[in-house]
Amino acid sequence: MSALLELRGLEARYGPVQALRGISIEVPEGSVVAVLGANGAGKTTTLRAVSGTVRRSGEILLGGKPLRGGPEAAAKAGIAHVPEGRGTFTDLSVVENLRLGAYTRRDRSVKADVERMAEYFPWIRDRGDQRAGTLSGGEQQMLALARALMSRPRLLMLDEPSLGLAPLIVREIFRIVRELNEKEGLAVLVVEQDARIALNAAATAYVLEVGRVAVSGSSAELRDDEAVRRSYLGY
Amino acid sequence: MSRATLRTLLAFVALAVVMLVLPAFVNDFRAQQLAYVGIYLVALVGLNILTGYTGQISLGHGAFMAIGGYTSAILMVDHGVKDIVTIPIAIVVSGAVGVLFGLPAARLSGLYLALATFAIAVATPSVIKRFEGFTGGGSGINLFGTPELTASLTPVRIAGFELTFNNWLYYLAWVVALIGYVIGWLILRGRTGRAFRAVRDSETAAVSSGVDLTRTKVLAFGISAAYAGAAGSLFAIATTFVNPDAFPVALSIFLLVGVVVSGLGSLTGLIVGAVFIQFMPLWAQSISKSPGAPAVVYGVILILVVLALPGGASGLVSRLAQRLRHR
Amino acid sequence: MADFFQQIVSGLASGGIYGALALALVLIHRATGVINFAQGEMAMFSTYILWTLTTNHDFSYWPAFAVTLLVSFLGGIGIHQAVIRPVERGSQIRVVIVTIGLLLVLNGLATWIWTGEVRAVESPFGRRTLDVGGVAISVQDIGTIVVCLVTVAVLWAFFQFTKVGLALRAAAVNPAEARLVGVRVPWMLGLGWGLAAVLGAIAGMLTAPTNFLDPNMMQSVLIYAFAAAVLGGIDSPVGAVVGGLILGVGLNLLGTYVDFVSAELQLPAALLVILVVLLVRPAGLFGKPQVKKV
Repeated sequence: MSALLELRGLEARYGPVQALRGISIEVPEGSVVAVLGANGAGKTTTLRAVSGTVRRSGEILLGGKPLRGGPEAAAKAGIAHVPEGRGTFTDLSVVENLRLGAYTRRDRSVKADVERMAEYFPWIRDRGDQRAGTLSGGEQQMLALARALMSRPRLLMLDEPSLGLAPLIVREIFRIVRELNEKEGLAVLVVEQDARIALNAAATAYVLEVGRVAVSGSSAELRDDEAVRRSYLGY
Repeated sequence: MSRATLRTLLAFVALAVVMLVLPAFVNDFRAQQLAYVGIYLVALVGLNILTGYTGQISLGHGAFMAIGGYTSAILMVDHGVKDIVTIPIAIVVSGAVGVLFGLPAARLSGLYLALATFAIAVATPSVIKRFEGFTGGGSGINLFGTPELTASLTPVRIAGFELTFNNWLYYLAWVVALIGYVIGWLILRGRTGRAFRAVRDSETAAVSSGVDLTRTKVLAFGISAAYAGAAGSLFAIATTFVNPDAFPVALSIFLLVGVVVSGLGSLTGLIVGAVFIQFMPLWAQSISKSPGAPAVVYGVILILVVLALPGGASGLVSRLAQRLRHR
Repeated sequence: MADFFQQIVSGLASGGIYGALALALVLIHRATGVINFAQGEMAMFSTYILWTLTTNHDFSYWPAFAVTLLVSFLGGIGIHQAVIRPVERGSQIRVVIVTIGLLLVLNGLATWIWTGEVRAVESPFGRRTLDVGGVAISVQDIGTIVVCLVTVAVLWAFFQFTKVGLALRAAAVNPAEARLVGVRVPWMLGLGWGLAAVLGAIAGMLTAPTNFLDPNMMQSVLIYAFAAAVLGGIDSPVGAVVGGLILGVGLNLLGTYVDFVSAELQLPAALLVILVVLLVRPAGLFGKPQVKKV
């Protein structure tokens, strides 16, 4: 199967600071890939580089074609990026957040899709007009996920979905991600601090260290390798 | 004494000597124009201390000039005070008002301060007109009929030299300007100046270094208002007339233009700013006789300076100087 | 009593104008964080366009009105792209100075093109008065109130129900996240300036029949608009409109019934409102208080 997303020798910098020093990652069609590593390893930067929010060089291929430009172009190309801290529009209502998710779409079934989101997240039905800022952390994360799905993306990028959330809610979110992947064949690139739960959901994983890929392989391999777990994954 | 200080001192002395001898080489009308340059320079030094060094935007300094001007006029006409004597009084009065204004103003920041001072500038003519008994209302106060008090009708004798009105005005304005320059320079290189700059660069950092924010801002307001008052007083003496329309919004705006063009936060460029304010309307007239031309030129240059030349005139000069030094 | 009612109505009319211009200020401030000191001059310039179309080009009023709105819209976008975009992320001093520069350019340009001569602008509503329960209400006032209401309603609908309106709201508060969903934020901000220019044009065109058209026509209106925006909350559209109405009625009543406050002092009264609000409750009536501790 060809790769949906290919990063080759990706570099990125914040001003004078080099955050990524040549990363190569592959996300095959319809699979879940995890990016792990300690704080400051460059995980978030990787996602930012793909969506073009940070200065980057190197190759990015989406569906075999080079991806250029900023976040607007990435969104148009079918990449949905849920950033660190969820990125919900706190002043807008739940439904308005979802409508914004569908911004790049020109078809008419947006309203139907809001219904579809309510199937995954039933509470949306009753709380559509509630201000997003008044939702709990877990609900905001789910809203962010739902908003990303509204664009019918080819690739979903999640940045630290577990951050600041109770374990029960984190498990629920990853359950939904797995369900989306299995049912709809959605490709997912997820950045996570919590290696354990990420490896449970992902098929392959890359472990970053100081801006480079230190270890990569299937989740099973990484999980079974005690040395890798101890040195890179913290458990 | 450091090299930089020595250089500044020499430049200043050179300037003083040039200004002293200049009237001998220019005609009477030109002397009057240069006198106004001096007057604007006084106001600009003050405004620069507030906006360039302390980072507080004021779009209302014309109001302080009005206070100074009216103080002088009222003292001269209603109380028979000699013109030169009114200047320090005007300085004190406007300085006091500046401090009074600075107290609440210190709590406003950036855009809100600009907004509030802008509103003051627009409202000033109306306030002047309303207090007619004091200010002579719309018709203003005429200084022309008080020969003993000003030099406007009778020539002045100083040390055996007889000066025309314009020459006398020139020397008066430039003496005040040079004194003001020196005082400004002294204030800015001391601890007060450092406190000003600290407030401009980062209020949080300033506070943690022990700078009293309110006191510093109030001081900056008071000082800049005092300078504006001096300029206003000179203005009244020069034009021999004050009325509400002598201090329109445009004046406050042009003062800001002068400070920006000269390069916020630097004393050296201020002369450029003062020259700019005085002579630009004339140069604009050569482009078009329309009364709207100066405003257009002011505005365009203002925008260009912000977009392309952040350091203003003095920034340009220091960049040129750097390039020359690296030859 | 009849007099009182009359004052209320004309206060609402002026208040509507202040509110419209205040709404423009709030729109720009919410979208780009800028206080646009040139808003009044932009409105004045638009009004001159209306005047030129009706006087020199034989347009009848409402078509000229529409064309003016279109030109103002495009002009607002143009100004944002050309002059504001380079500085809107920088220091506040620079941005203020740019809008001041804009003020000067527009004022000078208007004087250059049309001279400082005071012009009369016909009101589309005529100078008649209507008898409402024994009180004489000017049709001009009623027309002004109606136009302001319609404008506010249309704008509200735009923001609430259209995709672009939603995108603009998102771009104004969360530009980074808006980009991630594909919103072209710089264009949205330009759109905000375009809409603000339209609002200003409406305010100017409604002011001209009573205040007569000259390059300095909008200077005091701008101050009243500032007062209204500050009173309502500089980031609150609702506040701008409500603030405008309160200010319009309040100043009118003050000027009529309080001897000390002659018509001359209305401007300083507005100034007082600005100062008091900024010092006592900077967030205004409808704004969210921001905590800034130093």
